[in-house]
Amino acid sequence: MSDDYSDDEYYYDEDEDMMDADDGDSAPSDEEMDMEVFDNDFKLPGKARKKSYEVDSEPLSQAQVERLMQTDIEHISGIFGVDENVASLLLRHMSWNKERLIEKYMDHATAVSVEAGITPKEEKPAKAAASSRAGSSSTGPQRSTRSSKSSNKLKSPSPAPKEDEPYTCPICFDDTQTRTMALACGHAFCSSCWNAYVTGKIREEGEHWIRCMAEGCGLVCPDPFVREALGEDKATWNRFRELLVRHFVGCNKNLKFCPYPNCTYTVACPAAASKSALLSIVPTVTCGASPDHKFCFGCSIETDHRPVICAIAAMWLQKCHDDSETANWIKSNTKECTKCQSTIEKNGGCNHMTCKKCKHEFCWVCMGPWSEHGTAWYSCNRYDEKASQEARDAQSKSRASLERYLHYYNRWANHEQSAKLSMDLYKKTEQKMEEMQISSDLTWIEVQFMKKAVDEVFKCRMTLKWTYAMAYYLDRGNPKELFEDNQRDLEKAVEDLSELLEQPIEPEVVPSLRQKVTDKTVYVQKRNEIMLEDTANGFLEGRWQWNTSVPGLE
Amino acid sequence: MAGIASRRLQKELKEIHTQGCPVGIQLLNADNFEEWHLSLEVMGESQYQGEVFALKFRFEPQYPISAPAVQFIINEKYKAPVHPHVYSNGHICASILGNEWSPVLSVIGVCVTLQSMLASCKKKERPPDNDRYVMHAPDNPKKTRFHYHDDTV
Repeated sequence: MSDDYSDDEYYYDEDEDMMDADDGDSAPSDEEMDMEVFDNDFKLPGKARKKSYEVDSEPLSQAQVERLMQTDIEHISGIFGVDENVASLLLRHMSWNKERLIEKYMDHATAVSVEAGITPKEEKPAKAAASSRAGSSSTGPQRSTRSSKSSNKLKSPSPAPKEDEPYTCPICFDDTQTRTMALACGHAFCSSCWNAYVTGKIREEGEHWIRCMAEGCGLVCPDPFVREALGEDKATWNRFRELLVRHFVGCNKNLKFCPYPNCTYTVACPAAASKSALLSIVPTVTCGASPDHKFCFGCSIETDHRPVICAIAAMWLQKCHDDSETANWIKSNTKECTKCQSTIEKNGGCNHMTCKKCKHEFCWVCMGPWSEHGTAWYSCNRYDEKASQEARDAQSKSRASLERYLHYYNRWANHEQSAKLSMDLYKKTEQKMEEMQISSDLTWIEVQFMKKAVDEVFKCRMTLKWTYAMAYYLDRGNPKELFEDNQRDLEKAVEDLSELLEQPIEPEVVPSLRQKVTDKTVYVQKRNEIMLEDTANGFLEGRWQWNTSVPGLE
Repeated sequence: MAGIASRRLQKELKEIHTQGCPVGIQLLNADNFEEWHLSLEVMGESQYQGEVFALKFRFEPQYPISAPAVQFIINEKYKAPVHPHVYSNGHICASILGNEWSPVLSVIGVCVTLQSMLASCKKKERPPDNDRYVMHAPDNPKKTRFHYHDDTV
């Protein structure tokens, strides 16, 4: 355990060094050391003050989570006077809810240990005598320790077969097996069956709660037993430990497992643990294994959907998922009947339309009633007539909500698309950076401004994207106007910077371009912060009014 | 670990041949160690008097560590019993075939359990979600994650 941990620490330090190097080499090493110690202890982001759109969170390595588990286990073990492995099973049985465990255990110690798979179910109901606390707390540790040792010493403590006969495992019927293992229940099976069973449970089923193989036996394998059954199989044992950690993390609202593949880090974010907290904050966190492992603590919608809260982001995505294609198609392929507003697709034929629903007859071109077309059939020249004007007005009103949605959706999608294209921009930029190093006498460090600018554009486009989702649901009024002002300023700044980045590079303009891009990047960064900060404050103050009901909000 | 399934099945087969099957259960076909067929009949008074069913067992190499895939055979000769835990495609919703499987159980053990499941049935009906399930059911019932109904039926 301790080895793992020191490894992690080591990686940390490397990262930190890299970052420091970026900032400048002038910093005296003493200060650097202090910063590192500080950082590792408290895991505060490098910058001094917390922004209102940031949340306090703490990345934890698997070893750190295991230590948290150990603390709980030791606590319970101390209170109940039971073995730590027993305490671990009790806690796992109760989903790591210490208070509930203590409460229940104090009342019905025996029942709880039976449920938790620690002591075998008693056949006879006559257990009154030495039950309750004293009884089970003493049997607990003794039995479990015996069970974990028994495998070495006792051959088959259970339904002992006839003496002298070679032991035959009732599962594999292999009578050459000499080593058997059994839990406190005494159901002995050969160790290779146990191995296959435990491995299967862990590997195939991802199970940490492994019952005895005997039919109907409720006993659960304590950790040392699992380890012994696995023998030399370190990989599966590590998987088992990971499963335990995952279970613990899953039971704890303050903790979330990093969703990135193969990442074993956990993030603690008590500020975002409750559902109601998620209505006023957007808990975007990073797991600590890599700065790229960014995710939302509150939902799994998208890694970073700031500034909009989870509930609204989810609503918007659902709406886009349900509506967008349909809405676009409806917009481009249909019109509404001017009388009953049914949506009509014209899939052929002439302009003389008869609504299937209300039988209203109208002209597809001018939308006016057909009766006024007189004999000028099939070639509409009545566009400016009053009746058709009115009909078109009614039509446009019914289209307004669709248009409104598409307005926001198209901008939302556009920013997403542009952000995706930034991968290409990245490559192009890299090329440009190389060009620059050749065409001017700038060093590698000095052309980093391009990369920084691309990063910033990407970040801001993500913010912008979600501001459109938010604006769609914002109710009209002053707050919304201010919101849209901020949005506009940011958008303008981002588009300007994007344009600068696309410009061809002439050797003579490099210095001025560098100046411009750097300035613009700083400005964009500032605008983005304003956008995020103001929106976050709005949530905290309850400033935002919605034009629909948001789940969880009144 | 090689051959655990075949050794175990061999042993089970030997026991069936020497001791015979419990009443109402008959071995139809056990030519290999991958798939066995057995017939099942509920003895005595029950909802299924006079009906004979057939069960198909499919074994993985990890048997008996992993549960066998068990289902009722449906063909010209056999039908699936109408029972609240048996789907019309022959799949069975029984916890012992899923998360309560124990390696100590055997083919005959499963048959006996299913026999008593049928025997204790009071009302012949399909599971409430039969149509929905059957429409999307995988070929192998082990791939289904059953939500076990109450065990009282």
